[in-house]
Formats: sequence, structure tokens, C-alpha cells
Amino acid sequence: MFAEILPLLSKALGETIYMVVVSMVIASAIGVPLGVLLHTTAKGQILENVVINQTVGSVVNAVRSIPFIILMVAIIPLTRFLVGSAIGTTAAIVPLVIASIPFIGRQVETSLKEVPAGLVEAAQSMGATPFQIISRVLLPEAMPGIVSQLTTVIIALVGESAMAGAIGGGGLGDLAIRYGYQRFRPEVMLATVVVLIVLVQLVQFVGNTLAKRLDKR
Amino acid sequence: MIKLIGIEKTYDSPSGKVHALKGIDLNIARGEIYGIIGLSGAGKSTLVRCINMLERPTAGKVIVDGQDMTTLTESQLREARKSIGMIFQHFNLLSSATVYDNIAFPLKLYGMNANDIGKKVRPLLELVGLSDKAQQYPSQLSGGQKQRVGIARALASDPKILLCDEATSALDPQTTKSILDLIKVINQNLSLTVVVITHEMQVIKQLCDKVAVISEGVIAERGSVLDVFTNPRHDITKEFISVLLSNELPAAFRGNEISQDRTPGSLLLLRLIFLGERADDPVLAKMIRTCKGVECTMLFGNLDEIHGVPFGRFIIGLSGDDSAINSALNFLGGQDVRVEVIGYVRRNSAAVE
Repeated sequence: MFAEILPLLSKALGETIYMVVVSMVIASAIGVPLGVLLHTTAKGQILENVVINQTVGSVVNAVRSIPFIILMVAIIPLTRFLVGSAIGTTAAIVPLVIASIPFIGRQVETSLKEVPAGLVEAAQSMGATPFQIISRVLLPEAMPGIVSQLTTVIIALVGESAMAGAIGGGGLGDLAIRYGYQRFRPEVMLATVVVLIVLVQLVQFVGNTLAKRLDKR
Repeated sequence: MIKLIGIEKTYDSPSGKVHALKGIDLNIARGEIYGIIGLSGAGKSTLVRCINMLERPTAGKVIVDGQDMTTLTESQLREARKSIGMIFQHFNLLSSATVYDNIAFPLKLYGMNANDIGKKVRPLLELVGLSDKAQQYPSQLSGGQKQRVGIARALASDPKILLCDEATSALDPQTTKSILDLIKVINQNLSLTVVVITHEMQVIKQLCDKVAVISEGVIAERGSVLDVFTNPRHDITKEFISVLLSNELPAAFRGNEISQDRTPGSLLLLRLIFLGERADDPVLAKMIRTCKGVECTMLFGNLDEIHGVPFGRFIIGLSGDDSAINSALNFLGGQDVRVEVIGYVRRNSAAVE
């Protein structure tokens, strides 16, 4: 029986990892700069701009308030436009990315807020440009926090990717629903849950270790 | 070197406009250590930030080394800031960078290559006595060591001016002294102009050549440290000085009524201030010899030094008949000593027994 579940599990795990990793990479590439933008345009910050800050902030809040399962269905036209199809594992990446960008943005913003204002002031007193302040002060100083926050985002992505089954995305969640629930195979359900637990534990462990190593405070 | 002309700064706060600086004029000469002392909220931190434009004054001019800082563009300003180093109360070091990298930080900003950075950073590490800590992180250092890193970092760009914003306020007295000594050495060896912001008169006394006392956004008093110390005019200055130099009467007289008229059993208390070489003249011995019939009791004495100039403060009590006391006052008036008549005060009876 185990031999029968194993290929199913490994295929589903592969799909989950694929969705999470690709979504995470794309979402970080956009979300981290978004977080920087949210922080630096806020009042009293180096690129203070209330209009940009509030506009971007509202969009971020709006996207974050849509439940993932609804977002996934609501953006089907966009998904079809971007990847050519609205179903499948790759198609699931589009809503995952869109849901994660504002999440990462807020998380990064929170970490950047923790950087003492005095450090920015010191860099300004040495003639640093805003870009230098971002790249050499804000991001390095906030890095341990950002790593911890991104770990949280990855774990949230594992959870959200479980809903990808709704649009034929596959993955561990899909496996658990289709085999474990709909086909009354509790052992598949159990195995999936165990794999998910191990996966999340592993991600958290790696994230914690990395954050700790980066933290020199 | 630094010329502030009519500096004003107003902030908008929820409770209306706050007038932090109300027309400050200040001249700081090249190579000078200029202290600015004030209570928290007096505007001193805002003032020092106007020098490197971390705060833009609402009105007025800031001339640094002949250049009007208020008219510079952002990029010109960044360039100008390279010749103004700054150290902070909370050090503001990068926690994610080693001591070496913290000192190298401004040089990396300017795009200097690693080799040249090394040539620059190593002597600075030596200057501040942290060569063995180069690869440690700030969290592994004591407060004094962190400030030394801050100083080395501020000096890395070969500035002409060093701004010290409450640089020793977070340090214990011994560490404060060693940091002040270091600043003094730097001032002399690199002929750096130093601006010191503090709320501690001790720092002014130990380090500065000149001082401006700032209160409620205006300069209440200014001058050489020696003048301000020995002859404070403004109440706020007297208050600052009283922390170091107590103005209280000796315990045996404290709390008793001070009268300008003679009362039975009282002594005429005088505060004498000796300055410079006169501080060790035998003025009192001469007075006793010259003015027959006057009794002199030493009640309080303190000899100090400001910038190597001896500075003595004494409280003496005189008794004797009126003519003897008057002749003593006349005698002292003719000497090179400042005399302040406190008045006739009775000794506490408890203290006598």
C-alpha cells in the first residue's frame, strides 16, 4: 500500500515545492522592493511621498483582503493571459504570486521599520544617497528580520498552494482532498499531513538558522 | 570655519507650530572646540543638525568653510557633508557590519577600492585603540569602544569638522573622560574644528575652548569657557555650573536667614573667587596681617583648573568690629580676587555643639 502511495506523494510534493519556490522567487523579486517603497515613502523617511505611500498602501490592503480561494478564481482571465491557461500547476503560480506580493511587502516594511532612525541619519551625515541608504543600511540591517518574515511567507504559501487543486494545480493539498477525503483513503490523508508537517518544520528550521546566523545584534 | 546667521527652525506639530530655534548667530573659528550646552528640548540637537543640514533651517544661513550650505543642491550637499564628520549619543553603528566595515562604511560610499580602504582604516583603528577588535561586531563592544568606532568612522573621510551630538551622554564618567581625551587629541593632531553638544557642564569644562548656552531656542550666553565658568551671567548658566560647583552655603549656615545688617553672633560670609596665578597668592594671610582686629574663618574651599588656569572658590566668614570688617573688605577690594558679599549669617546652634 505504501508503495502505491509513494509515487502519488512524491509527485504531489514535487508540485507543491515547484509552486512554492517559483511563486516565492517571483513574489520576492517584486515584494521586497515594494516593502522598501512602502517604508521609504512613509512620513519622515528618506523618500517621503505621502501620495505614493497611501496609494500603494491602499492597493496592498485591497489585495490582502481578498481570500486566496476567491482571488484565484477572480483573476482567471489574467492567469490565462499570462501563462496561456487557467488550469494546471503553472497557472496556480499566478494567484500565489499576486497574493504573496503585498504580504511580502508589508512584512519587509515591518522589518525595515525596526532599523533605528539614527543609522539612517548617520549614513546621511556621511553623504549617502537614498539608494545607498537602502542597499547598505536598511536592507543589511533588516536582513535577519526579513529572513524570518519571508520564512512566514513561505509557510503561508505552502498553505495557499494546497488550495491550488481548485484550479487543477495539484500538490499535496489536492492529493489530500481527492484521495484522502473524496476517495475515503485516510492513510493518504495522514501521509499528506505528515509530509506537510515535516515540510513546514524544515522551512521554519532553515529560516530560523539563517536569520540567527545573520543577526549580529 | 562655521558661521551661523539668524538660524530659525519651526516644526509643525499636532499642537501647533513649535519654534525650536529663534534666531541663532554663532561663529566657530577653525581648530576651536566649541561647546553648546542646553537642557533637553532647548534646541541644541536641532542646531547642530543645521550645520550639516540634517535639519534644514526655516530661515538663516549656514556658512561652512565659506560655503552657504542652505543653497546647495542635494548632490552638492552630499559632497559637502564628507568634510563634516558626526558622532552620536547612541553611536549609530551598523550592527550587521564588523568594526572594520563600520569604519570603512563612508569610504565604500565614495567608491574607494578595498586596498585604499585598508590603508585608511588601519591607522584609524590604531588611533582609537581598537586594532585588535577589527573583526568584531558592535554588539561585542562596550559603550566606550562603540563610540571609538563612531569617531574612527567620522574621521575616515578626513573631515575638517567633527560634530559631537551628546557623544558621551550614554557613557559612564571614566569612559566619558577617555572619549573626551581622544577628541582633544584628534582636535590637536588633525587641527579639526569640533562642535560639542551636551547637557553636561563637565564635558564643556574638560573639553571646550568656548561655550554657548542655549535656552528655549536662543543663545542665552556665550564666551570662553573660563569666562563663563568664573562669571556666569544668565540663570540657566549658573544652574549648569552649580552642578559642578556648588553655590550652597556650608552646612553649618545653610537655611539660616541672610541679613545685610549685622546681627549678634553672626559672621559676614564672603565668596572669594581667585583666578589664574593669583589663585595661589597669600591674599588671606595678607588680609589678616594688614587688617587688625578681623577674624577670618575658612568655611569652604575648592581649587580647580579650567584649561590649565587655576580657579579657586572659597567662602570665608569674617568677624570683628565694623571698622575691622570694613578695612578687610577694602583690602580685598584692592586685590586681584573677586569678592561677593553674601551677608551676615548665624551659625546653626546645633553645628556649634
